[in-house]
Amino acid sequence: MSHVWTIFRRELTAYFMTPVAYVYLTIFLVMQGLFTFNLGQFYVREQADLAAFFAYHPRLYLFLIPAISMRLWAEERKTGTIELLLTLPIPVGAVVTGKYLAAVAFTAFALVLTFPIWITVNWLGNPDNGVIAVGYFGSLLMAGAYLAIGSAMSALTKNQVVAFILGVSLCFLFVAAGMPMVLNVFEGWLPATVMSAIANLSFLTHFSNLQKGVISLADMIYFVGVILMWLWATRLIVETKRESG
Amino acid sequence: MFVLMEARGLHKNFGTFEAVRGIDLTLKKGEVLGFLGPNGAGKTTTMKMLTGFLAPSSGSATICGQLVTTGNYKARSKVGYLPEGAPLYGDMTTRSFLRFMASAHGIAQEEAYQIVESAASAVHLENVMEQRVETLSKGYTRRVGLAAAIMHSPDVLILDEPTDGLDPNQKHEVRRLIQAMSVDRGIIISTHILEEVDALCTRAVIINKGQIVADGTPSQLKVMSRYCNAVTLVVLTEEAEKIASAVRRVGGVREIEAANEGTYVRLTILAQDDVDIVDSINDIAGLSNWNIQQFSVETGRLDDVFGRLTNDGGY
Repeated sequence: MSHVWTIFRRELTAYFMTPVAYVYLTIFLVMQGLFTFNLGQFYVREQADLAAFFAYHPRLYLFLIPAISMRLWAEERKTGTIELLLTLPIPVGAVVTGKYLAAVAFTAFALVLTFPIWITVNWLGNPDNGVIAVGYFGSLLMAGAYLAIGSAMSALTKNQVVAFILGVSLCFLFVAAGMPMVLNVFEGWLPATVMSAIANLSFLTHFSNLQKGVISLADMIYFVGVILMWLWATRLIVETKRESG
Repeated sequence: MFVLMEARGLHKNFGTFEAVRGIDLTLKKGEVLGFLGPNGAGKTTTMKMLTGFLAPSSGSATICGQLVTTGNYKARSKVGYLPEGAPLYGDMTTRSFLRFMASAHGIAQEEAYQIVESAASAVHLENVMEQRVETLSKGYTRRVGLAAAIMHSPDVLILDEPTDGLDPNQKHEVRRLIQAMSVDRGIIISTHILEEVDALCTRAVIINKGQIVADGTPSQLKVMSRYCNAVTLVVLTEEAEKIASAVRRVGGVREIEAANEGTYVRLTILAQDDVDIVDSINDIAGLSNWNIQQFSVETGRLDDVFGRLTNDGGY
């Protein structure tokens, strides 16, 4: 555990050591605002909840989260510090976990900074704060799944742009599986069970309950499963690179 | 002597390219092993395998009896490693970087302060402790990397070109530090600087095209040089030609190299293999009435051995 903590601390500090973090946080918040108030028609809905806010998270994260995860491994390979990192007496699994948790913590911090919107709904009306809390939790959990995918993609390359593009592409698959445009293609010629299996692969499907304030075991297992699977993939990629050089 | 590190049959292929082709190496306590070879000979790749960063295609290496080539992270705690070019986290200050390294080596927080400060003072980093690593000069960067490699008192130190980028004073300082540390551990350094081998190493290994082509103490390697037992005479320019032609007739002389030094000429008389010409030259010099400014016998030259073993077309 202390190994994970050592890596986590360094990684998290590293985010704030460059202006990139502050630029990123600004863009994150501006985008959240744009999506919530313009596309989500926050005021037009005249409802004291954060449904308009959470509804766009899966799409918003598609670009914002791979931007956080792209540097995780690619930067280490580019600068050569990977050699320093992987010759420390720390197991690869702990490095993968520590780096990942730091990215999650940074994302959580970005989410916390959206608190004015929560204050706004509480000021304008009387929302169910339990639902909002679950929404935030679900959003972070989903972001965690995006980050795990992004981490694996970052481990594949020394180029952060490539890591970003790979991350966006793969995350898009996980989002698009639940979109009507994809499901409509299969409708009519695929059995309903297969259709629901495809839809079940999607972040959208599993996030929809959470954003409404419903915590179900299936959604938890799904997100945790996706996270563990991609962290395991990250570890595998890092270890394979050790073999291949 | 106690064996600290042992490598057997290390091979590394990158695709079809064989970077390392069967390296056997043993490092004992108290040894400073100089790892020499031209660029691309496989020095860095071998070092990466010895530290566990790269897995060998075949073969294995142990450090203090523990396999390191399988990616066993516990074995890595016995190693201090300065990778080529000393890559460091540029966004950290020197102190925070060294604190991170201490923590990564499992050094308890109470001890870490003391250990970081003493490692930093060993390589004179006191003035840059609060400076960001990316703003440091090449020499300082190398020294931060060195401090990080030695702070946990590892049994084996693997340093890839530790004095590269340092000024002559710093080089001297780092060599002294390496020598002092070698007493109770084993050290491998890779270097291009052959004087460093003479000044520092108890043993030298020359590697070419992924294979070891020579292994011995610096004096054993020098014996392989054409200049081993060569006689150097510094004589007056006007007498040089006469002396050279007289010496050339001495049995066992293979070649004479002449270098002009103003009023004097330096004649280096090379002997044929396994022939001792020192006495014969001494005799003829004593009998003739030559004005000899200097008479010396060479032990051999490492650069000559290095060139002969690593230059394919002969040297």
